[in-house]
Amino acid sequence: MSQTIFAPWDDPNEKPLIRFENVTKKFGEFVAIDDLSLDIYTQEFFALLGPSGCGKTTMMRMLAGFENPTRGTIELSGQNIVPVPPNKRAVNMMFQSYALFPHLSVRENIAFGLKRDKMDKERIEARVAEMLKLTRLEKFAQRKPHQISGGQRQRVALARSLAKAPKLLLLDEPLGALDKKLRQDTQFELMDIQESTGTTFVIVTHDQEEAMTVASRVAVMDEGRIIQVATPANIYEYPNSVYVADFIGDVNILEGRAKPVGEDRYEVLWHEGVAPVTATSSAPFSDGQTAHLAIRPEKIAISTDRPDNADNAMEGKVLDIAYLGNLSTYHVGLPGGQVIKAQTANTRRIARRDITWEDPVWISWSATAGVLLAE
Amino acid sequence: MLMRRALLIAVPYLWLLLLFLVPFLIVFKISLSDIALAIPPYTPTFKDGIAELISQLDFENFVFLASDDLYWKAYLSSLQIAALSTFMTLLVGYPIAYGMARAPEEWRPTLMMLVILPFWTSFLIRVYAWMGILSSEGLLNQFLMWLGLIGEPLTILNTNVAVYIGIVYTYLPFMILPIYAALDRMDESLIEAAEDLGCSRTQAFWLVTVPLSRNGIIAGCFLVFIPALGEFVIPSLLGGSGTLMIGKVLWEEFFNNRDWPVASAVAVILLLILIVPIVLFQRNQQKQAEAEA
Repeated sequence: MSQTIFAPWDDPNEKPLIRFENVTKKFGEFVAIDDLSLDIYTQEFFALLGPSGCGKTTMMRMLAGFENPTRGTIELSGQNIVPVPPNKRAVNMMFQSYALFPHLSVRENIAFGLKRDKMDKERIEARVAEMLKLTRLEKFAQRKPHQISGGQRQRVALARSLAKAPKLLLLDEPLGALDKKLRQDTQFELMDIQESTGTTFVIVTHDQEEAMTVASRVAVMDEGRIIQVATPANIYEYPNSVYVADFIGDVNILEGRAKPVGEDRYEVLWHEGVAPVTATSSAPFSDGQTAHLAIRPEKIAISTDRPDNADNAMEGKVLDIAYLGNLSTYHVGLPGGQVIKAQTANTRRIARRDITWEDPVWISWSATAGVLLAE
Repeated sequence: MLMRRALLIAVPYLWLLLLFLVPFLIVFKISLSDIALAIPPYTPTFKDGIAELISQLDFENFVFLASDDLYWKAYLSSLQIAALSTFMTLLVGYPIAYGMARAPEEWRPTLMMLVILPFWTSFLIRVYAWMGILSSEGLLNQFLMWLGLIGEPLTILNTNVAVYIGIVYTYLPFMILPIYAALDRMDESLIEAAEDLGCSRTQAFWLVTVPLSRNGIIAGCFLVFIPALGEFVIPSLLGGSGTLMIGKVLWEEFFNNRDWPVASAVAVILLLILIVPIVLFQRNQQKQAEAEA
């Protein structure tokens, strides 16, 4: 069975919908965006992820036209949009605060952008009805924004920004104001809507779980630069730096010196008096080069007996157990004082499990379980 | 507990009863009396006994007000001057309030202070100052002649123009403050949203900013219109013989003619006219409070 995988970024003939070319943005002396280049393709659900102040909101505001780059160009379908004012761009934005017009009903809010286009009445009516149906808001069309719930307001904001069928929809922390359960449901709703309308979405978020769930590709940002752009799976499994590995999910970082011991195989001397760990890496490391082994807690097995045939195994003592329901994270203290996190799925009921606080345990992982990073 | 609550409610009602209802009833009673050369200058009084007093009251003064066209012309002219000057105050006040609300955060308290500052000097002194500015040898005329814009002084003082200037100047803070409060509360991302959806700056102003400051505009207009309607000091000091305002008429009836009953009747009708905008104003405030709750 063959299936075309949606990956326009791997196709060299594909033209990007958006192209940031050497964009720099300064606010006074502060550099918000630092010589950044980025391509985003049609129908992508692209996430800009980073801590607050990393420049992700500035990127979005430049796409909407509320900020202009200090240097560089931004292209939309091959055309430089830097001189185009926000009201003339085929780009719509869903605001973090939703920015619904409080004096207008849900229907009028959705129709607001369409009316500016001098569309005739019937077409506006039809489009509004379509948007209300898409976001399941038919029953609330006559209400004012203060008469509906937070989740409904979020859907009105989405309907309003989609109504003009923009080439590009910008979502600024769209789910930030919702509680966790509603947020998860809405994430899937957003993905469905993105797929059914075929609109290109760019979402700004500081919530890595949200970015991983919804996005086709994620750009991890820090201090005005993009550190890595990749699919969620690649970002998680193959981070290109300690920063990305640490920002996405939970990770153990073992820092030491690399020593080649075979083809693509290295030993990392990470602590005096502790046996070196073995890891594979396709990226080359020279003898004695600083290397960081990034390994996810769920890739580390924990057992009461010494495991056979493990590439890496060490003995330690359970310091802490974080019980998350479906998972438990064990903090295992090694004799040298380092702490390694290991995670296991709780497939058995709690009373049947055999590892508890202060127990001596073995942790182990294979040579391919982690990623060896230079920086 | 119940006693305390009853007492708490009783205080403002007692206040209203003593300082509003009782004086009003006295004025109303005088308006039903006849002029007399006596102290007080009307009859009957309570000295005549209750029964005698009530039998002598009549609506003669109100009939007189209706038959003499001076009075209803004064009411109409007051309404016109008050309405027009309210509108002009809005035209001047809105941009000021808008500028204040868009000013950098750290400037706003200072700007607010500047708006309120004139209240620190006596109202009368400020009106006299305007006489100095507007008179034919006044600052304004001297300045315009120095610029060479006019050859001879303009007559501004003692005309309706001076009255409009005086009212706009005096009541401007009452217009600015509620509009500023409304604009200050407004989320600026609403303007960005409007632009994002295809509005020009001007369209965004008329479609979003103005409707959202509507309650401030209404409150400001009433706060100017209501006192301007009964205004007496400004028309009598800045206005001329041609300026007809009911506040001035009332003053003349009372002090020049010493006709307390007719003056009282004028006041009672003025109050009846004012009840309409006051009730509308209250309703607007209440609606706003409900919308915010």
